[in-house]
Amino acid sequence: MRTVSGYSESATTRAQSPGAPGLLCARELTVCYASRGEPSSPALLGIDFDIAPGEIVGVLGESGSGKSTLALSILGLLPESADIAGSLVFEGKDLLRFDESAWRGIRGARIAMVFQEPGLSLSPVMRVGSQIAEVLRAHRQEGSNHRKLQVEAVLAEVGLTQVDRIYKAYSHQLSGGELQRVALSQALACRPDLIVADEPTRSLDGTRQKEMLDLLRETNRKFGCALIFITHNPGLLAGFADRVIVMYAGRIVEEGPVSRVFRRPLHPYTKGLLQLMPTSLQYAGRTRGQHLPVLPGTLTDDDHLSPGCSFASRCSARTQVCQTEFPAEVAPEKGRRVSCFNYEN
Amino acid sequence: MKTEEAAQRARTPAHIRAVGLSKSYVQRAPFSHKKFAIDALLDVQLEVSPATLTALVGESGSGKSTLARCLAMLEKPDCGEIWFEGKEISRSGSWELAWLRPKIQMIHQDSAGALNPRFTAAQVIAEPLEIQRRESGPKLRSRVCELMEEVGLPANWADRRPLELSGGQRQRLAIARAIALKPAFLILDESLSGLDLSTQAQILNLLLDLQKAHSLTYLLISHDLSLVEQVADFVAVMHQGRMVEHGAGQDIFGSPRHAHTRELLGSVRLVESAFRAAQAGGQQ
Repeated sequence: MRTVSGYSESATTRAQSPGAPGLLCARELTVCYASRGEPSSPALLGIDFDIAPGEIVGVLGESGSGKSTLALSILGLLPESADIAGSLVFEGKDLLRFDESAWRGIRGARIAMVFQEPGLSLSPVMRVGSQIAEVLRAHRQEGSNHRKLQVEAVLAEVGLTQVDRIYKAYSHQLSGGELQRVALSQALACRPDLIVADEPTRSLDGTRQKEMLDLLRETNRKFGCALIFITHNPGLLAGFADRVIVMYAGRIVEEGPVSRVFRRPLHPYTKGLLQLMPTSLQYAGRTRGQHLPVLPGTLTDDDHLSPGCSFASRCSARTQVCQTEFPAEVAPEKGRRVSCFNYEN
Repeated sequence: MKTEEAAQRARTPAHIRAVGLSKSYVQRAPFSHKKFAIDALLDVQLEVSPATLTALVGESGSGKSTLARCLAMLEKPDCGEIWFEGKEISRSGSWELAWLRPKIQMIHQDSAGALNPRFTAAQVIAEPLEIQRRESGPKLRSRVCELMEEVGLPANWADRRPLELSGGQRQRLAIARAIALKPAFLILDESLSGLDLSTQAQILNLLLDLQKAHSLTYLLISHDLSLVEQVADFVAVMHQGRMVEHGAGQDIFGSPRHAHTRELLGSVRLVESAFRAAQAGGQQ
C-alpha cells in the first residue's frame, strides 16, 4: 500500500466494505491534484469499496464529489500531477503499482470505459469501424479480415441494425443514440470484466436514456461484466443497479443495496438527493411559481478541508459534534454502511 | 397551472408569435460536391403568452434550437412571420432591430463557452450595459453589484473569472448578464441540462423569482421532460422540424395526444415508476 504524507494517518481500520471478495477492491484510495506545485484539497479521501464480478454498482453524487476522479483512477487515466495513495486491487494485482505498459494490457481489454460525451471521445477523422478495430488490434493478434467480422458482430450486439453503414461512418454522421451505442461496443470489443460508465446518458433525451439503460443491463446479463455506473440522478439507478455508493466531497457517505437505500436512506445527503427526484405526485398540488425542493447551499472547497463532516454546512440534522469530528463509518444493518452521527434521526 | 387559467391566458395577446416558420440549411456531403437541404423547421406555429414559462421539448435534431435562434433574430427564417409585442420583426434589417435586441435575451447551454474567460464576473455583466446604455462609473458598478445579488452571487466575487466558478454559479452569472438590460423575453437553450439535479432546482427557483419580480416571459428548451413537467405553464413538442403538439402543461402531461409526445413521456414515466417502486420497497 502506498501512502502520501499528510493523509497516511487516516489509514485506520474501518468497517469493512460489504460484499464478497471481488473483482476490484479499493482500500484507502486517496487522490490529490497538485495545482501550481502545491497540493490542493483531496479529490478522493480514503475510499474503500469492493466490486463483485458481474454486479452493477451505481455511484451517486453531484459535481465535485469525486465521481469522475474515481472513474479515471480505475482506468489509470489520472494526470501526472495527481498524487495517488492507498491500494486498488484488480484480480489480485495492485493497479496503482502498474507502469504505463502494464496499464496498456489492462485498459480496454479487462477494464473499459464509456465516456460522458461519445461525440468527443471518438476521433472525428477515423471511421467508426476502424476505431473499434483498433481496440482489438491493440489486444489480440488476429488477421484484419477476422477483426472486421468481430467489429461487425460487436456492433450488432449493441442493437445497431445497419452495421454496414455504421462501420463506414464518421462520428459526425451518427445520431446521439447511435454514437452512445458505438462507444459501448468499443468498450465491449475485448469482453472486459469491468466497464466504467461515466454519466453515459447525460446528453440523451428520455427515450434514448431508457434504451441505453436497458442495453447496459442486457450486456451485463449476457456477458457477465461488472458495471460501475456514475450518475447524479438517483432515478436512473432504480430498477437498474444492484448497489449504490453515495459520494460527497471525495468520501463515500453511504452504501447499500439500491432497494434498501431508496426505501430508507440513512445519510441526510442521500435523503436530500432522493427528495429532489421529480415525481408527478409532487407537482400535482403545486401552485404556479411555487419553489421546487432544493438541497440548500453548494459543495465548496472549505467543505473538503473541514475537520468535521463535509456535509455539515448544508445538513439540517447537524449537531455540535458534526463540525469538529468526521463521523466514522457504521454498519447499521448487513450490507449497508453510512458515515453520519445522526443517521437514526 | 389550472386549465381554466391557461385558457384565460391563451385569450390574452401573445408576447411572441411565430406563424408558418420554415428554415432549411444547405449542406455538402463529405468529400463530394453534392449538396442537400436539411429542413430544420417546417411550417412551425408558436405562441407564447406574456409572463409565462413555455417549454420547448423534442429530441436532438428536432429543430428546437433553430426555432429559438429564429425567435431571437440570430437567424432569418426562409419564410413565415415572427410577431413580437405587436410588430412583425422577421423582415427587419439590423438597424431596425436595435430597439428589439435588449428585449430578447438568450442563455446558452455551455456557460463556460458563452462567457469570455478573460473577463471578470463584473465585466461580463457590465458589457451589455456599457454598449446599450452607455453607463459608466459608480452608477454602473452599483448596478452590477445589484444584479449579482439578485442572482445569488456574493458581490465580493466581482473579480472572479468564469472558469473559477462552478457550473451553477457560471449559469447564475449568465442569467445576470441576460437580465442586465431588463429584457421581456428570455430564451433558455438547454441552460439547465449540464447541471446536477440540486443545482437545476436552485436555478429554476431563481428563474421563478425573477419571473415574479420582472414579469419575464421564458422559453425553456429542454430534452428533459421530468424537469419541464415541474415548471412549465405551456409545452410545445417538436418532432423532425414540425410542431406536433402545443398546449397547457397539465393537458400535455395529463393526456398527450400525439404519438411522439406519448413516446417521450412514456420513458419518463417508466423511470419514475421504477423509482417510486424502489422507494416504496416494492422491489426486493
